Amino acid sequence: MKDAPESAMLIDSSETGSSVTDRRLTLALAGNVNVGKSTIFNQLTGLAQETGNWGGKTVEVKKGTLYHHGLQIDIVDLPGIYSFATYSPEEQITHEYILTQSPDVIINVVDATSLERNLFFTLQLKEMGQPVVLVLNYNDIARKKSINIDTGLLGELLGVPVVDTIAIKGIGVHEFVDKALELLDKSRSNAGKLKYGTEVEQRIDKVIELLNNASPKTASRWLAIQLLEGKNPLSLSEDEKISAVVSQAEKLTGELVSMHGEDISTIISAERYALAASITEKVSSRTSNVKKFSNILDNITLHPVFGYFLFFLTLAAILFVVSLFGEWVTGVIEGFFESFKPEITGPAMDIFWNGGVIGFYAALIVAIGFILPFFLILSWLSESGYLPRIAFLMDRPCHTLGLHGMSSIPLIMALGCNVPACMACRVMNNKRDRLLATFLTTMVPCAARTSIVLGLVGAFIGWQWAVGVLFFQFLLIYLIGLALNKIMPSTSPGIIMEIPEYRWPSLKNVWRQAWLRFKEFLVIGVPLIVIGSIVIEALNVFNWLDYITDILAPVTVSWLGLPAFTGVLLIFGILRKEANLALLISFAGGAAITTIMTPLQMVVFTIVILIYIPCISTIAVLLKETGIKVTALMVLAEIGLAILIGGIAYRLLGLFL
Amino acid sequence: MHNSKEEYLEAIYNLTRGGKAATTSDISKRLNISPSSVTEMFKKLAEDGYITYSPYQGVTLTEQGTALGEKMARKHRLLERFLHDTLKIGKDKVHEEACAMEHTLSDEAERALCLALKYPDRCPDDGKMIPPCNLDFASCQECREWNKGNFRELGKRKKDVISLLELKTNREATIAFIRGGKSMLQRLCDMGLTPGTKITVSRIAPLKGPVEINIRGSKLALGNRIAGNIFVEAPEKCKPPVKKD
Ligand SMILES: Nc1nc2c(ncn2[C@@H]2O[C@H](COP(=O)(O)OP(=O)(O)OP(=O)(O)O)[C@@H](O)[C@H]2O)c(=O)[nH]1
Ligand SMILES: [Mg+2]
Repeated sequence: MKDAPESAMLIDSSETGSSVTDRRLTLALAGNVNVGKSTIFNQLTGLAQETGNWGGKTVEVKKGTLYHHGLQIDIVDLPGIYSFATYSPEEQITHEYILTQSPDVIINVVDATSLERNLFFTLQLKEMGQPVVLVLNYNDIARKKSINIDTGLLGELLGVPVVDTIAIKGIGVHEFVDKALELLDKSRSNAGKLKYGTEVEQRIDKVIELLNNASPKTASRWLAIQLLEGKNPLSLSEDEKISAVVSQAEKLTGELVSMHGEDISTIISAERYALAASITEKVSSRTSNVKKFSNILDNITLHPVFGYFLFFLTLAAILFVVSLFGEWVTGVIEGFFESFKPEITGPAMDIFWNGGVIGFYAALIVAIGFILPFFLILSWLSESGYLPRIAFLMDRPCHTLGLHGMSSIPLIMALGCNVPACMACRVMNNKRDRLLATFLTTMVPCAARTSIVLGLVGAFIGWQWAVGVLFFQFLLIYLIGLALNKIMPSTSPGIIMEIPEYRWPSLKNVWRQAWLRFKEFLVIGVPLIVIGSIVIEALNVFNWLDYITDILAPVTVSWLGLPAFTGVLLIFGILRKEANLALLISFAGGAAITTIMTPLQMVVFTIVILIYIPCISTIAVLLKETGIKVTALMVLAEIGLAILIGGIAYRLLGLFL
Repeated sequence: MHNSKEEYLEAIYNLTRGGKAATTSDISKRLNISPSSVTEMFKKLAEDGYITYSPYQGVTLTEQGTALGEKMARKHRLLERFLHDTLKIGKDKVHEEACAMEHTLSDEAERALCLALKYPDRCPDDGKMIPPCNLDFASCQECREWNKGNFRELGKRKKDVISLLELKTNREATIAFIRGGKSMLQRLCDMGLTPGTKITVSRIAPLKGPVEINIRGSKLALGNRIAGNIFVEAPEKCKPPVKKD
């Protein structure tokens, strides 16, 4: 029997009813953005948190369970945070979680290649007296850059256990769990070793002393620093003794300010950084400093001319590859199933074959031929580190909409699926920006919607028309952005974003990321489409379909000039956008779609599909992110827009097609 | 006469900010004064040590001239903001009003105005940058909290500062002053941009695009406006070049 390090079994988090042990331990993963927290989380729990080489992917608290040597341990993945003086909403979530949920141990993940910046947050955790295990991630990269870190010394200086990891390979991730468990047995009172400059330190001590006299229970180094910073975290001022301390602290702050000639929060930040820098200096050695490949690549990808060129080339290449692949997959799957085609005799056979079987393989075609390659490519791009470069390039264009470059990341992600993209809009730190970006995001054609552009317009009319339709959609998004910017003017201060180095993505991880998203299309999408297809075929066979389509006919037939049956597709498409192409294929009953639709109808139908409504899953996320009012407004606006533009397109494009 | 000197220096400051010299005809057009009077004034300003003037290349400001020109430009633009934001005077009129008021605005009132307007960074009519003050503060928050003593005791900044947007790429400089509100200052400090830290700009995207900086061993992208509010000690260019290794 192999006795692998996988003594940790992996189970899903959602069902954890009975408490086996007396008390579940909680380990929370916290640290700067993009240090590998979610990668570690995925390794430990087997769950599927979004990862990628840019900061701000995780925007919510996510729990999972780890079975470790017979123990059940809750693992919590938190959004990245730079400082407890929070700036963006997702940092606020982490801040609140750490303060209110007080996890048993905080696993502070840090980037070994950028220790100084990362220790800034570690020092804050230590100030709070949190039980911390330090995890030095990216050891493979650190080694490549010949950065050596003396983990023993680092642990001694900080007074915390330190573990090396390479999260992406799962190396070291179980060791730190052991360290965390050991830490629980020890008493922890080793925060005193970390000292700031004497002037600051003396005053911290004085405030602690004052606090000890006033209210020994709440006294802590962290509270003392907070008071010096002029923050009163516990609304303590009701107590008279405490408010005396507060005003004393204010005086001490005044002394510091006049001594340093700087604002107090600047002084404290500078102290923390000075300490972080001196620790880094002591523990790490860097032997060579060659011009990095990443920098050279940036000279091209961020170039004011070639950068944009490359960006558009990338988008074009994605479309090209996906449409080629889709065409190939369509041929293979269709050929395979059609070779079994029986003779259709009677309604039962008709419903079985035209509804069930064709519905099934049409759903497979869309999922495997169009959606999977999209997810693979986007996940590769995300893991490589290209997305922050797009954000950099698009910062200027985004400003014309009163947004900044960060908003282009959700827009790019939306090309895969709108659902995570809408959540990613939280990377914007003000509400107006978030709203605007979310609305625009729902307008971006996701892989499911693009499948209809490529599989219908592209395949039956020509690629120029497919590109034209997509171009028009993006133009529309831009124009809507301009209009919204007029209604809600911008107050955004601009982008502040870390630009990580390029990395060659681990293909295993790329596949895993794409697969985890794609699975939903197989497990939920395909069965739904098969059911839908059977129902529609049954209605069709017994001539009941007209009752439904007649209701929508004034819009679909009279105004948009579409065949009546499209009404059902549009309704069904709200559930799954990829159903539109799949159901069309099954509706045509194995024949070419050209037999049931004219080219003009194809284009109008596609335009309507691109705009008309977010799918049900997106609506669910919208409700959560923006509330019912805004969601309703967005949905109605999109329906109205789709009808308006579809009708105009029908009348105008009729001149060409 | 004093006023017109300030007016000239302000105009030269605006024209030479990009590093070019200003010519007689530039100034004559801008101030609507005949070229011959301009040339005469140039001579006077050169005598007073505000500008260096060579008849065919035009004029550039000396250190002293830059200080005064910048001061006038700052007062002018602060006043424009005040007239526009607080007094709601139209964008087309604020320039002339400010021109008339700038010469009588004391330095103390200038500071008070800047604080009252919450450290504005752009003027309302053409979006030009308002130069930073010359007081010895590392941030506007510090200035806001300074409330004791006599204004005259307030020290002047020892070194000239320029914004990150004016810094040559790949040249190391030290952060001297950060303009802006409390939360922005806090964020920048938390991201490692504390005053006194070494910083290099590695890329500035054209057309007021974002700026890529290197700080504490990592790369950050900053929006153009944010970068414009981060000031570093100006590399010493006026002095004779130091021997390079
Ligand atoms: N080479 C290498 N790459 C890693 C390692 N750990 C994580 N990565 C990659 O680093 C990137 C960031 O990892 P994430 O787990 O998404 O980081 P995070 O801390 O959760 O980021 P946010 O949620 O945005 O704060 C991903 O592309 C990972 O595949 C590692 O040890 N070595
Ligand atoms: Mg994460």
